[in-house]
This record gives sequence, C-alpha cells and structure tokens, in this order.
Amino acid sequence: MHVRFLSVADFRSYEGADLALSPGVTTLVGLNGEGKTNLVEAIGYVATLSSHRVANDAPLVRFGAERATVRAAVVRDGRESVVELEITSGRANRARLNRSALTRPRDVLGTLRTVLFAPEDLALVKGDPSERRRFLDDLLVQRQPRWAAVRGDYDKIVKQRNALLKSAMPVLSRRGRRGGRRPDQAPVADEAASALHTLDVWNDHLAAVGGQLLYARLRLLRDLQPLLAEAYGQVSAADSEASAVYRSSLHEEAAAALAAGEVPEPDEVRGLILESLARVRDQEIERGVGLVGPHRDDVVLTLGELPAKGYASHGESWSFALALRLASYRLLRHDLGDDPVLILDDVFAELDVGRRDRLADMIADCEQVIITAAVGEDVPDALTGARFHVKHGTVTGEVA
Amino acid sequence: MYEGVVQDLIDELGRLPGVGPKSAQRLAFHLLQADAADVERLTAAITEVKAKVRFCEICGNVAEGQTCRICNDPRRDGSAICVVEEPKDVVAVERTREFRGRYHVLGGAISPLDGIGPDSLRFTELMSRLASGEVREVIIATDPNLEGEATAAYLARLLRSFEDVKVTRLASGLPVGGDLEYADEVTLGRAFEGRKTLT
Ligand SMILES: Nc1ncnc2c1ncn2[C@@H]1O[C@H](COP(=O)(O)OP(=O)(O)OP(=O)(O)O)[C@@H](O)[C@H]1O
Ligand SMILES: [Mg+2]
Ligand SMILES: [Zn+2]
Repeated sequence: MHVRFLSVADFRSYEGADLALSPGVTTLVGLNGEGKTNLVEAIGYVATLSSHRVANDAPLVRFGAERATVRAAVVRDGRESVVELEITSGRANRARLNRSALTRPRDVLGTLRTVLFAPEDLALVKGDPSERRRFLDDLLVQRQPRWAAVRGDYDKIVKQRNALLKSAMPVLSRRGRRGGRRPDQAPVADEAASALHTLDVWNDHLAAVGGQLLYARLRLLRDLQPLLAEAYGQVSAADSEASAVYRSSLHEEAAAALAAGEVPEPDEVRGLILESLARVRDQEIERGVGLVGPHRDDVVLTLGELPAKGYASHGESWSFALALRLASYRLLRHDLGDDPVLILDDVFAELDVGRRDRLADMIADCEQVIITAAVGEDVPDALTGARFHVKHGTVTGEVA
Repeated sequence: MYEGVVQDLIDELGRLPGVGPKSAQRLAFHLLQADAADVERLTAAITEVKAKVRFCEICGNVAEGQTCRICNDPRRDGSAICVVEEPKDVVAVERTREFRGRYHVLGGAISPLDGIGPDSLRFTELMSRLASGEVREVIIATDPNLEGEATAAYLARLLRSFEDVKVTRLASGLPVGGDLEYADEVTLGRAFEGRKTLT
C-alpha cells in the first residue's frame, strides 16, 4: 500500500500543508526543527491513532489552535481509501473513512499500516524493559487489533491486584499466611481469609488474561527472531548475530524454557503463571506488590555473545533498533501479503557509509518509503525518487 | 475558598459521586440564587427519602419499610436468587419480566483500587439466606466488566460449599438489533465463548 496524499491542518508546527506522494522513495530534507518529523508523525498517527513521540495528544495540536486535522489517501491494490482524523486534546478523536463518520475511531486502524523507525527507537536497545514490552505489544496490535483490548484489560487487572496487595498487606502478613484456615473452607470467616480469597480471584484473572498476552508475545518473538537476525546481518555485514530472547518473570524452570525458545500451549502458559504466583505469594504479600506476569517481563537483546545494552556501540545499537523495525516490516508484509509504508526518520546520519548503502539496498523493493534527513547528502544516491524541502512549515517539491 | 457556610455547601456537594470541585461550585451558586421555595422542595425530598426509604433487611434493595416490595411478595419464587451489584440492576432485570425469583443486592463490586473488598459488600447476608436451605439456584448477574467478573468469581468460590445449589452466570452476548460487523471484538469474543448448541 502507499499514501498518495497527505494533508494536515493545525497539526504540530503546520498551519496547513498538502503533500502529493508517490510509490517508491520520498525524501524530506530540511534543517533541524523545520517540521520533517512532524509530517511523518502525522502519517504514523493515521496508522496507529497515536504518536511515536508523545503519549497524549495535546502537543499534536498547533499551539493556540483548538483542533488538528490529518487527512490521508491510502491506495491498496489500486483502491483508494480516505481517512480523515480530527484531534482535539483531552477529547476523543473523530474519524471519517471515505467521508462517512465512524462511531468508533479505532475502526480506521488497518486502513493504513506503517512501520516507523525514529531516533527515539534507540531506547529499544538502551532503555527500560517497558520499552521492549511496548514494542512487542504494539506489534501484536498492528497484526491483530483485538490485542489492544486484551492489553487494556491486563493493565487494569495488574492495577487492581497491586492495589489489593498494597491494602491487604498489613492484614495478610499478620495472619492468613500460616495457620489460617484454607480460604475455601471458611466463607468470609475473617478479614484475612477474605483478602486471600480475593487475591485468588485476581490471580485467576491475571493468569487468564496475562496468559493470553504472554502466549501471543512468545509466538510473535518466535516469528520475529529469524527476521531480526537477517535484517541485522544485512545492515551490518558483521559476523555477530543479533538475537532477542524472552526474559520472563515466571519461576526459574519455566523462565529457562521460555528463554530457550519454547512456546507452551495457551492453557499451559496460564498454568505456569498460576504456579509462579503461588510460589511468590509470601513475597508478594510481604512487599505489597505483584512480582509475576507479562508486565514484569523483558526481552534481552544480544549481539553475538554480548548483551546489546551496555556493550554495543552507538552505531551498533542504532542498527539493532533499525533491524527490529525492519524485521517488523517484513513480518507485517508477510501477514498482509502487502507492503506497509516504511518511514525512516533521521536514520542515515548515524550510520557509516557501508551501512547506509546496504540499508538503501534493503529498502529498494518496498512499495513506499518515506525518509527524512537534515543533510540531503547523508541519503545514498542510490535512493532516487521525489525530494521535498521542508522549511518553516512549508513543503516544496522537486524531483531529484 | 469561600466563607464558612458557602464553602461547607460546596464541600458537601463535592462529596457526591460524579461531582467534581468545579461542578460543586456551580451547583452551590445555583442553589444560592434559586427561589427559596425550590430549595425548600429539594431539601424536603432529601429529608423524606432518608426518613422513609431504606435498604431491605433481606436483600439490600431499596425499600420503604423494613423489607422491599419483592421480598414481601409471596408469589415470588424463593428458590432462585439473582445477585446484582446495585438496586438499579434489580430494576433492569425486573423490566425483562423473565425472572420470578428474588434478589440479592451486593452494594457494589470488588474493586481494590476503590477500596472495595468483600467485607464492604453484602456477602455474609447472602450466605445466611442460603443457610435456610430453600434456595436451589443462584444467578450471578454482576456487570460484565473486570470488577463484575472478579465479584462473580469470588462468589462462585464462596458458593462451592453449598453443593446442592446450582450457580449460573448471565451470558454476555451481542446486542439485539445490532449488526455483527459492528460489534466490538470483546463482545464478539465473549459471545463466541458463550455460544449455544442448536442441534
Ligand atoms: N504543537 C505545536 N505547535 C507549534 N509548533 C510545534 C508544535 N509541536 C512542535 N512544534 C514545533 O515543531 C518543530 C519541530 O518539528 P520537527 O520535529 O518536525 O523538526 P524536524 O524537522 O524533524 O527537526 P530535526 O531535524 O531536528 O529532527 C519545533 O520547532 C517545535 O517547536
Ligand atoms: Mg526530526
Ligand atoms: Zn428485599
């Protein structure tokens, strides 16, 4: 698929801008702060209804304006769909698809698919586990939107369960742990018993929903792993292999099996979570916080023998993050039987000449690639195509 | 901050559910400017409802006496109890005219985030009702959200000790009159799980 037309109004620094795009490579060139990323952010927003830079929508609306609009024409298999979004900070978005208003804006998800690499992605390698969890979960949602609901439910369960552990901690650590009657023998016998009882209920919830999420992540990682190694190998032309290993918060034996690449059946995953929860019960009660579940997991990225975090050079980390996005691209391409739109924001400046050229080779067959660069010369000559100059909120075209 | 009584009124209104500080202020000034007779009627209604209406000692539904209309009605089937979160849910189930049994109102759902645990809900009262042995079926009709499901699961655990009581849960399914293609994934997923055999 490709974006044929993008139009923004009161979005970020733009009062208004229209951009006619074609398949192939498009490069946006301009000095720092002139609005290149703002444009690709708008395209990403149409695909995901969220920004890759900020968690809430307020900064997307031009300072002083009330609402932003983004309109994009997306062509897939020769058929064009027009998505129109109205972003008002602090309120629900409004969305139109081919001129008709949608009751649920998220129904536009899937019309446009993008894979976006941005400098912020360095955090995938260098940042907290939460960055890597979000990477996996976002990709799950891109593949199947229903995962957004599962993830939302899971977050709520974790919050409820943590609140319970925190509030029940004094009661529970006083009694109930030892000596107390088994909860199912004594209906609401006392405060401690009923707190334990409630904890069991939330454990079941956590294992059921968290089990689905964990199972989906493991399968995703299994699919992604070979594509990651391939993409990294192609960009770097180095011998050390890039790999991503799931580090789970389950009990030791289970975690070791998952790290070895095993993907148990969903029911089994659920059982493993329950078992692990049982083993840390005393600890959780003592500390008043949940210790097991997909929200405590991580993905360990390694280059050859060494962990990427803390060891990889800047350029290697950059290439690793890029390889994660390129692997996602290839995975989605395979799922859809169609190319998502590839967006590379500021990717070239940080790569050596060899890596630039090899990246250019890799993306040559993509249906549409949108590239931004502050310095036009950083983009390899092999990437011909349209070139736009971005300056002061205006975009001027010039075919290179 | 306003002076004494005005601020007291704002504070009191602000404690009502769904009323934030801004709305509390707006309501307070509305009342200050309203006709004395209008305010009189409002306070009378509040006083009266507090004096006359209370919660049924048996089921927790709203009642004008010690027990509610449904508990007092000898034609209702005492062998089935439908457990709901709030009195408004009784009204909703009653509208269906499907159910001829009695109710039990828990007074909310388990939500640790809001400080609501089993001890602040009317579970003990339900257990005593079951102890009489008359009840054959408990229908759990808590809300189909996470807290409602947790409450249902908790109750199901409690009820394990009553071996001859059948425990059922309302099916959550597709809205009638809706289009399949417009149902969200969660609803559709639940409807799949709860599917029925036709042949
Ligand atoms: N809501 C907003 N209202 C007005 N201006 C905004 C808003 N959000 C961002 N900007 C402006 O947009 C500019 C940043 O644009 P953008 O991030 O697209 O730059 P860029 O061309 O990608 O630069 P670089 O090469 O440094 O990455 C900043 O000058 C910022 O002040
Ligand atoms: Mg930029
Ligand atoms: Zn009653």
